[in-house]
Amino acid sequence: MLLIPCPWCGARDHTEFTYGGDAKAAAARPALELPLSAWHEHVYLRDNPRGRHLELWHHTASCRRWIAVERDTLTHAITASTDAGRGPGGGTG
Amino acid sequence: MRVLAKGGIEQMSRYSIFELARHALTGHRHWQRAWRDPAPKAGYDVVVIGGGGHGLATAYYLAKEHGIRNVAVLEKSWLGGGNTGRNTTIVRSNYLLPANAQFYEFSLKLWEGLSAELNFNVMFSPRGVLNLAHSDAQLDAFARRGNAMRLNGIDAELLDRDGVRVMVPLLDVSERARFPVLGGLLQRRGGNARHDAVAWGYARAADRLGVDIIQNCEVTAILREGGRVTGVETTRGTIQAGKIGIAVAGHSGQLAAMAGLRLPIESHVLQAMVSEPLKPVLDTVVTFGAGHFYVSQSDKGELVMGGDLDMYNSYAQRGNLPALEEVVASGLQLFPFMSRLRLMRHWGGVMDMTMDGSPIIAKLPLDGLYLDGGWCYGGFKATPASGWVFGHTIAHDRPHALNEAFTLERFASGRLLDEKGAGPVPNAH
Repeated sequence: MLLIPCPWCGARDHTEFTYGGDAKAAAARPALELPLSAWHEHVYLRDNPRGRHLELWHHTASCRRWIAVERDTLTHAITASTDAGRGPGGGTG
Repeated sequence: MRVLAKGGIEQMSRYSIFELARHALTGHRHWQRAWRDPAPKAGYDVVVIGGGGHGLATAYYLAKEHGIRNVAVLEKSWLGGGNTGRNTTIVRSNYLLPANAQFYEFSLKLWEGLSAELNFNVMFSPRGVLNLAHSDAQLDAFARRGNAMRLNGIDAELLDRDGVRVMVPLLDVSERARFPVLGGLLQRRGGNARHDAVAWGYARAADRLGVDIIQNCEVTAILREGGRVTGVETTRGTIQAGKIGIAVAGHSGQLAAMAGLRLPIESHVLQAMVSEPLKPVLDTVVTFGAGHFYVSQSDKGELVMGGDLDMYNSYAQRGNLPALEEVVASGLQLFPFMSRLRLMRHWGGVMDMTMDGSPIIAKLPLDGLYLDGGWCYGGFKATPASGWVFGHTIAHDRPHALNEAFTLERFASGRLLDEKGAGPVPNAH
């Protein structure tokens, strides 16, 4: 079980969350007028790192906030978590 | 007797009943090793990265079909220790889309003759693959897929509930089931094979044709010069290569990154498990249609079970118990008797999940570099055809008709092969 430190609710089992994928890809939404290649990159291409990964988890069974979590994809060690809607550090208040 | 033929290829004896009897007389003490253990040469015409079923099959068909024998297969660990040894061994070709249907049907036909082709018993057992339907809509969808299969020349039968009950007596087909079984789509020619034997059979057959199989040799860099690959750096030194084929399952993205490329792939962990061995209870492959669960019984008697991904990016070859619990709960919907079985082993493999659930077998945008990956949950059944078309693609620098739809460019051009029609998500299969 992953134990995800939600900035609002504290450490919770990952089964309370819904996985939202690569946070970097989600944040990099291109402007509508950009060429299709930019949208191809946004929709399909991933860094897919073996190691540190910034990813989104939706705390569906509790506060319902989107949480940005920094996790190692090989060891599952979690090194940071913030409220994704408030930017870095925004979830602590 | 070992004879060193021209070109350094060892002629090993064929396996046969007579060989078996001959070795029985001497207590089986004199069997030759099944393939050589060479040190890497300075260079090869083709280097295949990845010593699983796909990479070994690629090397075999390069040598056999295309006469390219100066080939090395580089494996970072031991042969078949990745997803070849971790899957649930299901073989089928019950696909809807023509490109997938033709490819997997070609693969199934290769499976049917594979033991004879390789002189190695891969224990292919066409015991049938039965997909269960639990709603009218699902049964309609199965009828459509079955009709599509038959139009593509592939066997398919639609069973009603009675047909399912007769075929799988221990299945709960009653109305009191949480998701009552209404029928199923059956492909009788599908089934199982012995996963390790596929790797070993291809390794032995490729070795006999002169392919160097090099284990404990991890690729750490792909060397480039002027828009073309020239070789690889490995933990056993630099190896020059005219062409490089990547067949590394869940680590496709890692290898592509060495060449400066990004792929439409995420790596996720998929678990599988076996129960304790029991007497024969299940003589076909059954899949649950109201969740994600598939089961068959191995020759040792264990029930081999699998389900869904853990659903987060992972390179760890181990999974989480909540995912296993969900798989087992699905299984119990179908087979209540399983509640009394003990789980014996469970394990995880790293899947390269593409954004449409179909593989990529294609040239990459760097001369001399080719990718065979993106197999999602389903690479095992594809092993023979994957090696066959990948060998063709490398040898001729262009795809065969069977894999020309499995391009990397299809994600940009919109020609996706999305069996589920689910959009760009990295969890289809």
